[in-house]
Amino acid sequence: MYVAVKGGETAIAHALELLADRRRGSRDVPELTLDQIDQQLAQSVDRVMTEGSCYDRQLAALAIKQARGDLIEAIFLLRAYRTTLPRFGHSEPIDTSRMSAERRISSTFKDVPGGQVLGPTFDYTHRLLDFSLMANGERPTAPTAPIDAAQIFPRVGDILEREGMLEPPPPADAGVSTQDITRDPLTLPASRPVRLQALARGDEGFLLALGYSTQRGYGNNHPFVGEIRFGAVPVSFVPEELGFPIEIAEIDVTECDMVNQFAGSHDVPPQFTRGYGLAFGHAERKAMAMALVDRALRAEELSEAVISPAQDEEFVLAHSDNVEASGFVQHLKLPHYVDFQSELVVVRALRAEVEARQQQAALDQAAE
Amino acid sequence: MLLFPSSDTSPARRQRWLSVVAKAPAHRLQILRQSLGDTPSYTMLRRPEIGLIMLQGRISGSGAPFAAGEMTVTRAAVRLASGQIGIGYVGGRHPLQAELVAAIDALGQLPEWQQPIEDQIIAPLEQEAKARHRLRAAMAAATKVEFFTVAREAGT
Repeated sequence: MYVAVKGGETAIAHALELLADRRRGSRDVPELTLDQIDQQLAQSVDRVMTEGSCYDRQLAALAIKQARGDLIEAIFLLRAYRTTLPRFGHSEPIDTSRMSAERRISSTFKDVPGGQVLGPTFDYTHRLLDFSLMANGERPTAPTAPIDAAQIFPRVGDILEREGMLEPPPPADAGVSTQDITRDPLTLPASRPVRLQALARGDEGFLLALGYSTQRGYGNNHPFVGEIRFGAVPVSFVPEELGFPIEIAEIDVTECDMVNQFAGSHDVPPQFTRGYGLAFGHAERKAMAMALVDRALRAEELSEAVISPAQDEEFVLAHSDNVEASGFVQHLKLPHYVDFQSELVVVRALRAEVEARQQQAALDQAAE
Repeated sequence: MLLFPSSDTSPARRQRWLSVVAKAPAHRLQILRQSLGDTPSYTMLRRPEIGLIMLQGRISGSGAPFAAGEMTVTRAAVRLASGQIGIGYVGGRHPLQAELVAAIDALGQLPEWQQPIEDQIIAPLEQEAKARHRLRAAMAAATKVEFFTVAREAGT
């Protein structure tokens, strides 16, 4: 437990000024603009929007600048800002089948209708540092190719689903509004929509490690990438004043439909099951990790033994939020002086008892 | 070019217009709005206000909805002297654009302004949006691949 302390105002004020000074860095170097961060550190912006759970590229860029590039700090800033805003309502569910996809791959079907579109991926880079980036220079624009008239990519999941090989996703409960953990606290056991909301805002590193753990045998469920797609989707919203939907924006999202082995049970014939991941911007490591953990958390529903951390809903959902985790770990830096003083008294007393016993034992031995 | 009957106050037209202008880049909308010249004045019914909406996704893309995270939205409402009320909603924090959208929505309810707005604002913005999509799709199309699996011949 920490307690309030007084004093140190001047030191704190100067620490803030020092932070601002260090944030700016050497004045010989031009200051970063938000547009530069948005455009050239785009995937940092994507991560901050995703885990900050607020789609606004400019705000995320500002948070990154203010946090000196510390993305978890930036996520915290964005989360704090959103609490100052009123809520106007909720969007219509976004329809990713209407996505203007810049990337779309399937690792399960090579001949997927619409084709495999690699898009701007790191997958085929050699991970060698590119020293040409040390020099500023104009880059040519990317090549283009003729496009199909339709430009629509059918979902791989929908194709398999029609054959009965893949479980259909749970349908919406008619008349039931979507639960939202920013309004009603998370309670366990959580429904799948609630779990997905928590995972969508969850820490990428934490979910990546958990997803990885399932692949290494801690709750393995043999995943395949049914499909990953990235691109722009329209956001539909029904303003109460109008009563009909309008599209108010186009946002970039990444979606991962993970397909997993399932032997079937007494009542269900063998079919493939699914895990789902959705992230703002281009964030496919996050979307994949989310899909793996989503599937692992369905263990009980699918009558699988719950024996691994990634399958343990309470463990995963209670520790996935990096704003909460960072806050609780970092609060240890706050003054715990009184707390520690009382611990000191207890430990001193215990040590005195032990020493007294040892002395008595030595005396008894000498006497014998 | 779309031609309007004497007056088109249908939700379908408003819906289309509101969507086109909300998704347009703020600076483009501003420039095209100026091309209209003098328009009837309006009063603010709701000053531009920034807020949030919760974006919903669907499980596996097509199942039950879930709360995927919020986005910032700006809204505004205006009233023309003649009584028409215009509503503006735009994604992001764009107070000026939200006001412009509301003003265009209100003007669009005056028959004499429908054709000029359609020609000078809506149609160009729609074409620009199409061109942006086409360019992005064409760059993506250049990265389309055929994967070949290497089958092993029997007995070799």
